[in-house]
Amino acid sequence: MKRIGFTVNGIARRFSGNPEMPLLWYLRDQLGLTGTKFGCGKGLCGACTVHIDGEAVRSCITPMKSVAGKRVVTIEGLSPAGDHPLQKAWQEENVPQCGYCQGGQIMQAAALLKQKPRPTDQEIDEAMAGNICRCGTYQRIRQGIKLAAGVKP
Amino acid sequence: MNGVLRVSRRGFLKTTFSAGALILWSRVFPGEALAALAGADEWRPSVYLGIEPDGRVIIVAHRSEMGTGIRTALPMVAADELEADWERVSIAQAVGDPRYGDQNTDGSKSIRDFYDALRQAGATARLMLERAAAASWGVPAAECRALHHRVVHRDGRAKGFGELVRLAAQQPVPAADELRFKTDGELRYVGKGVPITDLADICTGRAVYGIDARMPGMVYASIERSPVLGGRLKSHDDTEARKVAGVLGTKVLEPARPPYGFQALGGVAVIADSSWAALQGRQKLKVVWEPGENGSYDSEAFRESLLATVRKPQKTVRNIGDVEAAFAKGGTVLEAEYYVPHLAHATMEPPAAAASYKNGAVTVWAATQNPQAVQDTVAKAVGVPKEAVTCHVTLLGGGFGRKSKPDYVAEAAILSKKLGKPVKIVWSREDDIGHDYYHTVSAMYLKAATDDRGRPSAWLQRCAFPPIPSTFDASARYGGDGELAQGWLDVPFTIPNLRAENGPAQNHVRIGWFRSVANIYHAFAVQSFVDELAAAAGRDRIEYFLDLLGPPRTIDFAAEGTKYANYGKPLDRYPWETGRLRRVVELVAERSGWATHKPDKGRALGFAAHRSFLSYVAVVADVRVDGQGRVTIPRVDMAVDCGRAVHPERVRAQFEGAAVFGASLALMGEITAAQGRIQQSNYDDYPVARINEAPMETHVHIVAGDGLPTGVGEPGVPPMAPAICNALFAITGKRIRRLPINKTKLV
Repeated sequence: MKRIGFTVNGIARRFSGNPEMPLLWYLRDQLGLTGTKFGCGKGLCGACTVHIDGEAVRSCITPMKSVAGKRVVTIEGLSPAGDHPLQKAWQEENVPQCGYCQGGQIMQAAALLKQKPRPTDQEIDEAMAGNICRCGTYQRIRQGIKLAAGVKP
Repeated sequence: MNGVLRVSRRGFLKTTFSAGALILWSRVFPGEALAALAGADEWRPSVYLGIEPDGRVIIVAHRSEMGTGIRTALPMVAADELEADWERVSIAQAVGDPRYGDQNTDGSKSIRDFYDALRQAGATARLMLERAAAASWGVPAAECRALHHRVVHRDGRAKGFGELVRLAAQQPVPAADELRFKTDGELRYVGKGVPITDLADICTGRAVYGIDARMPGMVYASIERSPVLGGRLKSHDDTEARKVAGVLGTKVLEPARPPYGFQALGGVAVIADSSWAALQGRQKLKVVWEPGENGSYDSEAFRESLLATVRKPQKTVRNIGDVEAAFAKGGTVLEAEYYVPHLAHATMEPPAAAASYKNGAVTVWAATQNPQAVQDTVAKAVGVPKEAVTCHVTLLGGGFGRKSKPDYVAEAAILSKKLGKPVKIVWSREDDIGHDYYHTVSAMYLKAATDDRGRPSAWLQRCAFPPIPSTFDASARYGGDGELAQGWLDVPFTIPNLRAENGPAQNHVRIGWFRSVANIYHAFAVQSFVDELAAAAGRDRIEYFLDLLGPPRTIDFAAEGTKYANYGKPLDRYPWETGRLRRVVELVAERSGWATHKPDKGRALGFAAHRSFLSYVAVVADVRVDGQGRVTIPRVDMAVDCGRAVHPERVRAQFEGAAVFGASLALMGEITAAQGRIQQSNYDDYPVARINEAPMETHVHIVAGDGLPTGVGEPGVPPMAPAICNALFAITGKRIRRLPINKTKLV
């Protein structure tokens, strides 16, 4: 079977299983990186968001064959010390309630800030509309993004 | 006597505390909680607080964390009274054990049931430390006081808590009347708050939920269940499923029979070496079901039957005056029918658990609101004594009542016993939406006769819904005492003739608790109808509401002959005070700028107010409708009286979240059945509010108070739907009596 090579949080990995398997389950079941969450399996909720070559993608609908040669970053690898500006802002604003979706929210927001360092409310809403929070922490998510971006709330 | 005892490390505490720790066992107070439960002499809820010789304070969190912050807030209460330094407090999550008392984290009751117990535990430990220090110095205890993790003498000498543990453990436990509680001015954390203990772990992906649980040698299982509740497995063919790489085999699970309670539903399980292989194998299963008695359940037909029920006289559950005589006198008569559909919890983390059955004992890791129900349910499911089931509680990725029901944990345990190895149960989103314990479906009929100022002289209200008791007693048709107490028996208006009725309805799906429960549909009907009456009278909605509420009074349920459950709490300690509702109404009016708000094309304010879980909440929603009929909510104001707000920042968070949860169900929440099958399956056809659909900002105004703390997790939800719909009426002239709102074309 063909082996697929890529990196996860900077570590080189090889995968020789079913190339159709979604990245989500590889991260969770094989690498034990459980910060990436299962929510819907259809790219509808954003709980499984990771970065592939710097872009936010839904790992639940990303087959392993498509990550060949790519750099995968999960919430565990977003910053080595866990002090990405968004992670700090999330704590400053006390964003999480149950916390389950927040890894995906932070990964989505991190990709947004890379593209748009000073996003408007509308840009935040557009970028974050794919990430569901059932606890309803949206207004603090918006505040957290603005705090990290240095945008006036 | 003091409700606190010094205890040695019992078996179930051995992994939590070291041999040298001072451990206190604190029983829940006050005694009225016991008196309220007839024959509950053995009910002894308790929590534990210990101090290690190295000075670490360990507090056992016996309630489940699903996002309310309770795992932090209750230990914080004890730490404050102990005068401990929060930085040196660690929290140990309790396993399921009746010795902790009630662990079912639901009903917005963790703080109100355990606030006093944890204060008492902290105050007791503090006094024992102070006395130990005094003895070591040979000075009167009155000259010593605990200060920030040390005991200091008035001459400046000090000893750390750790140094004092051995001596303190030899002190007799002081009597209750010897305890001194902090004054409000001395409180360090209560009323101020600390960040939740799992905050950094959540933000870095290290927090562990039920779905993250791993056990050595574990396999994964995904179960095909009957799409109709109670359906029978006619035949199945697993040939193709077994060909999927990673699939290890299949197992048939016995079908559950009514009443379904917390039983595993049964079905065909695919066992695999990964979650994905199990889910893939599932798709290749060929299964034929016999639908059974619920195979004709159809939501549209059922809605008609509920409406037919509430159009006819039903069982009287509350009566004041003589409604018939008052209606016979004439006046302007208004009638309206309301309908709220089934809803699914759709927690972001689907039901999740791992279980290992070995030599007649079961170890479980579960995202559960109710670890003792896990013990009971698993014990029954695999035929072991309850004591042989150890339930570790993980963080919950949302609960909202779904995870009070441990059917999914039973599935993992049954399969582990069959397979002889640990099993993690994998629920897909489709499994979750299709096999929930649904929020019930309800119809309400209201009728009033009004005088020339629009005030009702007679008021009749009827409701019908398949009740939660039907999940546990297949013959139950009428609303339970708890359901009827949720906004139906306690309509607080001063109306001389008022009758509330409840009609029968049969369940065809599993009905369960859902955040705010029966308050959702009762508040929707009552708060919408009041708005209808005010509109008909051409009066300001809030002025009219306050007029109906009348001068502040305590509702005397006994005098009017109404049996009122009051969320399990005695009415003398937690009375229904209309003055407190008035106060939050006045507060929200002021903070939302109600009086000076200028109506704008496509934009208006809507109002509703409701007491639930012993807390009083008033909402003003600022709602906008655009040219395409799209609804947005730029702002929500919520005024809240929840007694003492123990952790105000988390209180605000709960109400912010409730505004979103309530808006979500109002705008777009609907589960339907056709031929007994649930027609929704995932977040595409069962949408929940996203960031661009939720209220843009929610301002929570907490009434400052030092009264008994009351519910926080749920009370923000019920007023949301009527507040939004009342605003929509003001904007469009369309009265929405059927939820969700997106069923009505607004422009």
